[in-house]
Amino acid sequence: MNTPANLKYTKSDEWFDPATGKMGLTDYAQNQLSDIVFLEILVEVGDAVEPGKAIASVESVKASAETYAAAKGNVTAVNSALSDKPETLNSDPYGDGWMIQIEGGDFGDAMDAAAYEEYCAGRTH
Amino acid sequence: MTETTSPKIVEPTIFDLSSPGRTGVTFPASDVPEAGLPPKGLLRSDLPLPELAEVDVVRHYMHLSKFNYSVDSGFYPLGSCTMKYNPKINEDTCRLPGFLHTHPLQPIETVQGNLALMYTLQEWLKEISGFAAVTLQPAAGAHGEFTGVLIMRAYHKSRGDTKRVKMLIPDSAHGTNPASSGMIGLNIVTIPSDERGNVDLKVLKEQCDDTVVGIMVTNPNTLGMFDENIEQVIKMVHDCGGLVYGDGANLNALLGIVRPGDLGIDVMHFNLHKTFAVPHGGGGPGSGPVGVAAHLADFLPEPLVGIVEEENDEEPPLFGFIKPEKSIGRMKSFHGHFGGGLVRSFTYIAMHGPDGLKDIAQYAVLNANYLLARLRDTYHVPYDRICMHEFVAEGQFAGSDVRALDIAKRLMDYNFHPPTNYFPLIVHEALMIEPTETENKDTLDAFADALIKIADEAKTSPELLHSAPHITPFGRMDEVKAARELVLCCWLPENYDENA
Amino acid sequence: MTYIPISPKERDAMLEKIGVKTLDDLFKDVPAKHRFPELDLPPALTEMEAAAELADIASNNETVRGDLISFLGAGMYNHYIPSVIDHMLRRGEFYTAYTPYQPEISQGTLQAIFEYQSLMSVLTGMEVSNASHYDGATAAAEAVNLAFAQFRGKRTKVVVSPSLHPQYRDVIRTYTQGMGVEVAGETGVHLEDGPEALTSQVDDKTCLVIVQYPDFFGRIYDYTKLIEDAHAKGALVCVVANPTALAMLKTPAAMGADVVVGEAQPLGIPMWYGGPSLGFFTTSKKYVHKMAGRLVGETVDNRGQRAYVLTLTAREQHIKRERATSNICSNQGLLALGAAIYMSVLGKTGMGQVANLCYQKAHYAAETLSKIPGYGLCFSDPFFHEFSLCCPKPVAEINAHLLDHGILGGYDLSQDYPSLQNHMLIAVTEMNSKEEIDLLAEILAEVSHD
Repeated sequence: MNTPANLKYTKSDEWFDPATGKMGLTDYAQNQLSDIVFLEILVEVGDAVEPGKAIASVESVKASAETYAAAKGNVTAVNSALSDKPETLNSDPYGDGWMIQIEGGDFGDAMDAAAYEEYCAGRTH
Repeated sequence: MTETTSPKIVEPTIFDLSSPGRTGVTFPASDVPEAGLPPKGLLRSDLPLPELAEVDVVRHYMHLSKFNYSVDSGFYPLGSCTMKYNPKINEDTCRLPGFLHTHPLQPIETVQGNLALMYTLQEWLKEISGFAAVTLQPAAGAHGEFTGVLIMRAYHKSRGDTKRVKMLIPDSAHGTNPASSGMIGLNIVTIPSDERGNVDLKVLKEQCDDTVVGIMVTNPNTLGMFDENIEQVIKMVHDCGGLVYGDGANLNALLGIVRPGDLGIDVMHFNLHKTFAVPHGGGGPGSGPVGVAAHLADFLPEPLVGIVEEENDEEPPLFGFIKPEKSIGRMKSFHGHFGGGLVRSFTYIAMHGPDGLKDIAQYAVLNANYLLARLRDTYHVPYDRICMHEFVAEGQFAGSDVRALDIAKRLMDYNFHPPTNYFPLIVHEALMIEPTETENKDTLDAFADALIKIADEAKTSPELLHSAPHITPFGRMDEVKAARELVLCCWLPENYDENA
Repeated sequence: MTYIPISPKERDAMLEKIGVKTLDDLFKDVPAKHRFPELDLPPALTEMEAAAELADIASNNETVRGDLISFLGAGMYNHYIPSVIDHMLRRGEFYTAYTPYQPEISQGTLQAIFEYQSLMSVLTGMEVSNASHYDGATAAAEAVNLAFAQFRGKRTKVVVSPSLHPQYRDVIRTYTQGMGVEVAGETGVHLEDGPEALTSQVDDKTCLVIVQYPDFFGRIYDYTKLIEDAHAKGALVCVVANPTALAMLKTPAAMGADVVVGEAQPLGIPMWYGGPSLGFFTTSKKYVHKMAGRLVGETVDNRGQRAYVLTLTAREQHIKRERATSNICSNQGLLALGAAIYMSVLGKTGMGQVANLCYQKAHYAAETLSKIPGYGLCFSDPFFHEFSLCCPKPVAEINAHLLDHGILGGYDLSQDYPSLQNHMLIAVTEMNSKEEIDLLAEILAEVSHD
């Protein structure tokens, strides 16, 4: 499991990069969902988001999931290329798989990498 | 598979088989003066349908039929689907010309046979379920569920009780329930099960407040358990002003055993294609009538069949349509799945009578408990007590990487249809087994023997399971390719954009 | 009679293995006071008795094959059904199978649905067809669900043509009552006006415009301009189409439609007093993820064979739960197979013939009936196999007279349209002979003289 140290993580498996304001789905989550075949980003540039607000809907061959905002702020960019290549979420979740970018970026009680790794290790499935 | 290898074609498509100029069924020449055609701008330029002779079509679909497993060919223990035998007489009665060739908008005087049958079936379903009124209109179980939640919503609304926004759904309920509630924008609250497989009363109590629309219970639930506290569950929801929806998908276990209406359930759908032997047809059509207690009768969809003129010394009653006073409206066009669903179910109930219906439930439950008794030493059954028509075992073994999916696929090599797997979600690697009353002891024993042997294979030769099935005409599928490439049609329209 | 294959001796052996004494012992979880109710139902019939009883009930109907000459349509049509269809549908391998969740042993059903999808794509011109819905009306309501989901609930108005089948409009209202959707378009548009009259109702809150083709009155319009205008306002357009007409007419896809749905009962399915029938649902590939219902896609198995599976299942209710577009779990599988066989065995030639016969005979009927003094065509637009006849008297009165002569008259439009008093909707198919049409004319002439 890949958990870059510079990112913040949520219990619902999103990551947030305080340096760039980008957020997306974690490596753990893409692995659980397996082959992702559909992504719909539910917010637009200019929208306000905060933790708990759904920003994307993801479907794999066997499962579906909502992705929630990992931090609070206003959307400044949406990765519109991702909808055409949803498999990028599997291959590069922290790079080209970013979903939206925000300005602001209060990430509340999001976990650091070590805490998230521990959290994932403790989950049964 | 690599992209460059073309797949082997086992049976060509009907388009592959087409040859220009061949004809199948043709029609007589017109017997009226030629009237020309509509303006050219309104005509289509081409009609690229296949061109085949009748024998080509027959052989093609005969070939396809042989790739299917079916109840007529073997044991189909698909949990929650009630794959029972479909009596052949029903196929004849539903095709009687008097039923087949009547138009839904004919004057009622010309279709008294249809209306009498529908009226009688409404009465019979009321008697079997203990409800005050029944609509035959919903087209399938999910459609009945949607009808039910619309009725619950309309009931609260009619009382000015508008703050109810919450639907309680036990985690042992059927998977469709949240989607049915979602269609009218309700918030779903999941209620967990306790260690005996009953609704957790403590959590339920916490959730019961004046924002509850109701609860959707499946009883027996998807673990195959009759909820030991069902009366308390119903009372708690009623006490907070909510209504109780009963998912009737598992009604087969209750025929002549208990009537859901007597337990206090307010609204329930029937699955005529499960309980009353309407064939599943490879995915439909189903039929999902809905029964309601007296206080909900005014909200039923329109129209219902009723007596519009009472009988007298000379004339039988005249059956016709009536509109409930506060009806939620119409759920589909016309009057329900009359021919396919209602006539077959009518025939089935008529041929069983009260004792025959009770036999169905008793033997369905006997068969399930017998299989449970034969398998519990080999497969872990997390909720292990006397079950109803089905039970759920775990398809996994300590120290083995064999999963429920592998066991399911391996069963095909023993000529059995697999049980439902990975449902309900509250059991890991679930194998949900519903034998129905259709099976004899020999079949049940052979199935139990096969599952026990497979458990042994899982230890000695797991690869045999991972790569199963072996003797079927097709092997495991590349589902990722299907979803990524999305080839949904073997004919492509003009200007079709590959990359769209 | 019973279908249970267990002998008393076997039953006792099974009870012993379970560890209970009697069958009744299996039901101790059921509250005692409600256990084992006496059901007040008639005693069981044997097969012989049931066959006779059902035949007797059926004989209390008058059918449109033998008893009555029918000119009734309005959403369900009396077409010839080739014998071969039911021979195939009565194969137990098809009708006693479940939904094809195990593709290794369900390729018969899966390939048949794939072919059905392909054939519906040919008829409508659309890229994608699903595996079917309950009927045409619910398919139209599912089109609303698609559009509502496509705009994520931000567009909340549906513009419905007043010349869409009244029952379809009823079903759309029923389906949307909890969604906060406004159903507009039914008032403020004159039935005589062309389709562009609807444009004024379309605004930036509109998610979907729904029109019928041919419309409820049988009229054929080219909806290209309406669709362009609706698209300019950001709305999607659904065309509810008759599949027989599509064998002759310009496809809704060629007009730019986003969703094409309809009732496929005319494709070899008996009227069966209204059901079960077959709702078809087709759309563009870009909306496939918002489409409800099952979908079969092509793939390969691990032996390198071309095969088919249910695909994009994560959109459906059992996985997406309350976030799914719809709760539908089934399709009309067996009837979709029937429609596929109908389209295959008629093929290009037969389908074209049926459409042409319907068109020719309906036009002969319109020509003949409109010449009777007191009668006339209500609309001057091109029509397919149904037309509105203005009558000199209330339709109910005329139909009662026709029935006395063994004729099932047309649909009484005043039931749904107060402005259409004395208007009868007449349907003519390949099943109606010239003699039947002439007889209808003769009796109608009598009525006007009475």
